[in-house]
Amino acid sequence: MKISFPHMGHSFIAFKWLVEHLGHECIVPPEPSKKTLDLGVRYSPEFACIPFKILMGTYLEAEEMGAEVILTSGGCGPCRAGYYWVMHQYLLEEMGSKLKVVAFEPPMLDIRDFWKKLSWIRKSGKVSWKHFIEVMKITWEKIKAIDDVEIHSHEIRPYEINRGDTTRAVARALEQLDQADTISQIKEARDAGVKLLDELPRDRGRNPLKIGIIGEIYVVLEPSANHYLQIMLGEMGVQTHRSIYLSGYARESTISNGGEAIYQVAKPYLDELCIGGHGVNSIGETILYARHGFDGVVQLAPFSCIPEIVAKSIIPSVSRDFDIPVLTLFIDEQTGKAGVQTRLEAFVDLLEMRRQSKEEAARLVV
Amino acid sequence: MSKIGIPRTLAYFVYYPFCKVFFEELGHEVVLSSPTSRAIMDDGVKEAVNDACIPIKIYHGHVLDLANQVDWIFCPRLVSVRKHGEFGTETFCPKFLGLPDMIRLAIDKLPKLLEVRVDLKKGKNELFQVVTQVGTQLGNGIGEIKQAFAKAVKAQKSYSKLLSREIMPHVALEMLEQQTRQPPREAPYDLKIAVVGYPYVIYDAYINAGLLKILEKEGAKVYTQDMLGDKILDRQARTLPKSMFWYFSNRAVYGGLHFMNRQDIDGIIHVTAFACGPDSMVDRLLEIESRRRKFTPYLSITVDEHTGEAGVRTRIEAFLDMLRYRREKNED
Repeated sequence: MKISFPHMGHSFIAFKWLVEHLGHECIVPPEPSKKTLDLGVRYSPEFACIPFKILMGTYLEAEEMGAEVILTSGGCGPCRAGYYWVMHQYLLEEMGSKLKVVAFEPPMLDIRDFWKKLSWIRKSGKVSWKHFIEVMKITWEKIKAIDDVEIHSHEIRPYEINRGDTTRAVARALEQLDQADTISQIKEARDAGVKLLDELPRDRGRNPLKIGIIGEIYVVLEPSANHYLQIMLGEMGVQTHRSIYLSGYARESTISNGGEAIYQVAKPYLDELCIGGHGVNSIGETILYARHGFDGVVQLAPFSCIPEIVAKSIIPSVSRDFDIPVLTLFIDEQTGKAGVQTRLEAFVDLLEMRRQSKEEAARLVV
Repeated sequence: MSKIGIPRTLAYFVYYPFCKVFFEELGHEVVLSSPTSRAIMDDGVKEAVNDACIPIKIYHGHVLDLANQVDWIFCPRLVSVRKHGEFGTETFCPKFLGLPDMIRLAIDKLPKLLEVRVDLKKGKNELFQVVTQVGTQLGNGIGEIKQAFAKAVKAQKSYSKLLSREIMPHVALEMLEQQTRQPPREAPYDLKIAVVGYPYVIYDAYINAGLLKILEKEGAKVYTQDMLGDKILDRQARTLPKSMFWYFSNRAVYGGLHFMNRQDIDGIIHVTAFACGPDSMVDRLLEIESRRRKFTPYLSITVDEHTGEAGVRTRIEAFLDMLRYRREKNED
């Protein structure tokens, strides 16, 4: 089978490896571009959020490249994303497309369905269970290694002397990771990538601002959906920390360990464990970023994203109580790079000034 | 005895008889906010987060309208009312889930919020637990609560019965208020139109610019999903690849699908609020299904803060004209 999947940051490197080693042909989804979005917007409902539209476009592009099956995730609500595969399938059928969308629902809710789909992929690829599990393990290592490199790059970028060095180094590191086939090779490639970043010429005298990035998972994870916001901020000399990574569930995070823990933090403001998507996380993480001494927070969300609207209505109180500025960016197909940049520059200026006046005040007290 | 304010929007159109009888039996006074108006909407728009949909903004307005007249504002957190859907996780729109928090943090100088988490998918006795929590907050004893609960359930039942007689909710509420059993006389009609959507959008004459009145005046009898029993609605769940996650959306979808299968219905109108998250799915799903199921004519109307009566009227007139023309052509 020719299999494709949604494009989400650099994760395609790992998923490509996965699909190929399960005995299928992989159609690597192209990075979302103007064309992807145009296609998506044309065939999607008007008020669907931008991830829906980008995925729609991606699927159509993948089909053009020969894909027969799309693998994606399902969900149980209340976020709309869990219903996307159904809608995408409906819309594709309406267009007369033969593309089949197969979604993995959360295994905790329907283990039989999950198992059935896994078996189907394994059998049609003609691989043994032993091989299947091995491939899964290696893919997971790859995802983690990719995230490690990316996390490190956001720490290094504000110090770079030659603009663009870090981004180029990341690209080289990912190329090496792409070639790695075993767990030890992945480890080597990861270490080499981290070393490559560490050896870049740096100005260690800088004291960059620290900004936390929160919000809806797709626009946070897919740089082309948020106009490469983290790179943009890094090149403005800001260190960014992102709350969501694909490998985040297993990661010892300095900020949070997800789920219940983040709900306890957000509870005084939002007393409901699950409002869908990352709504509760956005509130909890703003508090945690404030506690960890970050200078500001940027909330990213697609236009009309319900959980993030709830979060946005509550964040002003959090921001006031914890004295941390928050910039909310709602992204849709009309959002332009220059608009994002202008607002970020203004936000960064504001944070600079806040820091200066705080230091001034501290000096006067001494 | 305290005064309890109930905003005349969102779940009001579905559960008001229950709430009213329950509170009154406990010896409290129920104060309804005034029907939605320009002033209420403007107040709501000022207080609510700007990205919210119009019903949520209007809810803020209703709360403000009540703020100075009551001791409590009844603002339950609706999480679920039944176990439904592929995973049994049916719930409400995230904005319902965060509503008490949004209200508390958005509006200063509020009366006390009468908050309770309504999560009925857990079991049969859950509703009694919920009303007990509400009653205790108001200082009532368990005996009183039991009695009031029984009467409230009865009131809700008779409300459902009225609805199943194909009486519109706003008319049925009036009938309960005046304790009559005779609905007002029907206007003459030659078309049967199904209107599906969220109760707080289709029954609130301000939000939808008097849509139901216009339909009635133009000679159409209106049916909505709330006139159908749960059994009839849920039968449609099996015809979809997957149920939606939201109670009101599921009702609108199932209602729409049911009416598509009915021979006597001439057309379906889906009313939706601008930038409504769940409706971006509901609307397109109904549109596609109406094409697949015998081509029932389908019209979608989006309402927002700027919706005017003339705009709605024009579209309705055009739709009805088309339906009549279609019928004549078929008869020929």
